[in-house]
Amino acid sequence: MNPILLAIVVVTVIGLIGAVILVAASILMYVPVDERVSKITEALPGANCGACGCAGCADYAKTIVEDGNAVNKCVPGGAKVAGEIAAIMGVEAGSAAAMKAVVACSGTCEKTSKKFEFEGIQSCLAVKGLYGGDGACAFGCLGYGDCTKVCAFDAIHVTDQGVALVDREKCTGCGACAKACPNAIISIIPEHKRKPVVLCQNKDKGAQTRKVCSAGCIGCMKCAKACPKQAITVENNLAYIDQEKCVGCQLCVKECPVGVIHVPAQS
Amino acid sequence: MALKLASIFFTMILVDNYVLAKFLGICPFLGVSKKLDSAVGMSLAVTFVMIMATAATWPIYTFILSPDWAQGTARDMGYLQTIVFILIIAILVQLLENILKKYIPALYSALGVYLPLITTNCTILGVTILNLDNKYNFAESIVCAAGAGIGFLVAMVLFSGVRRRVEEAVTPKCFEGLPITLVAAAMTSLSFMGFGGIVEAIFGV
Repeated sequence: MNPILLAIVVVTVIGLIGAVILVAASILMYVPVDERVSKITEALPGANCGACGCAGCADYAKTIVEDGNAVNKCVPGGAKVAGEIAAIMGVEAGSAAAMKAVVACSGTCEKTSKKFEFEGIQSCLAVKGLYGGDGACAFGCLGYGDCTKVCAFDAIHVTDQGVALVDREKCTGCGACAKACPNAIISIIPEHKRKPVVLCQNKDKGAQTRKVCSAGCIGCMKCAKACPKQAITVENNLAYIDQEKCVGCQLCVKECPVGVIHVPAQS
Repeated sequence: MALKLASIFFTMILVDNYVLAKFLGICPFLGVSKKLDSAVGMSLAVTFVMIMATAATWPIYTFILSPDWAQGTARDMGYLQTIVFILIIAILVQLLENILKKYIPALYSALGVYLPLITTNCTILGVTILNLDNKYNFAESIVCAAGAGIGFLVAMVLFSGVRRRVEEAVTPKCFEGLPITLVAAAMTSLSFMGFGGIVEAIFGV
């Protein structure tokens, strides 16, 4: 027989035998799978990016069905995929948690001052290395735009007020700026129309804070007392609002004597 | 006979270690050696598939692809070994996956993504082909495959220990991550060169 033909026949026959064995095995050893798992796996983008915290799309689908994982954790799929999964599972999609960056500093030029004039490399990291930065407040926005440089979406800029401002339309919540900020004043929080955030990171005692910045959180506890849901805690002379507990009543915004609590979506 | 088998077995583990001496299967060696338990699980799966693959490919090669009477003629299809072996290994791994899913779901979920990865693990193909290159008979081939698997296990376990030390150590910035891991792997491999000749000396084969 022609050697080429023979080779083709041999490989084909071995392949066919293998196929028969595998088909038989998959029928004999069929493990019933919840059909919702395969449906959700199809609905997911299949990028296996791991943003949901699972080992891949198929794994995420499994945890949704078996462990009741939230349906809105797929970042690339966004609201659309969350809706599809919710339809399959028969639950509410919930807010497909859009995450946005928030710069927790209110120290604009009028509110705070500089310790010295800096004439080195124009970078937050560089100025931070020199006596902890040129700002009177060692915790605030340094204003040299390290966050702007790393933002791939052109969504964060230092305003002429000297504090970085997030363009909430363009921000995707990727967190690159939060990693780049040497003072760690940028946090990524779920977008909400009414929930406020404390726009300050100063952990000094109230009197000390007052000296360096008229807009800083002085840790007076008024907001914590005003909050009907106990969502606000004051630690290290700095108020923190738990976004999970907060219901968006904004009593703390009215109560704050220095006006450092703001709703990011409204400002 | 028993002496020869033992000699093959220990040679595969110490002297001709697939990972550290032949440099096959480096991908799982670097990828899965971060944690001891997953390293052991992966190695056991690899060992099992190696033995199964050798048991399946040796008869197919010896009796179908390249039988004695056909050697040197146009009928000799030894050149098909790579493609046929890959086919057989893929079928075997798929079958193994089905079996594990049905009967040992705990092991199946523990192995997770590593099981399909074994399909394309070059150590498996390497063992099956090198067995034939060395003209081993069936029993020798199986022992060689088992030795290669255990050798893989030894390398993985040793290296997961090395790796933990490396991770705790302060490495220069430019060496962080994979570079220092590769350097450590090279040193582990170098240390295995010290076993050269030890098996011949012990078994006198």
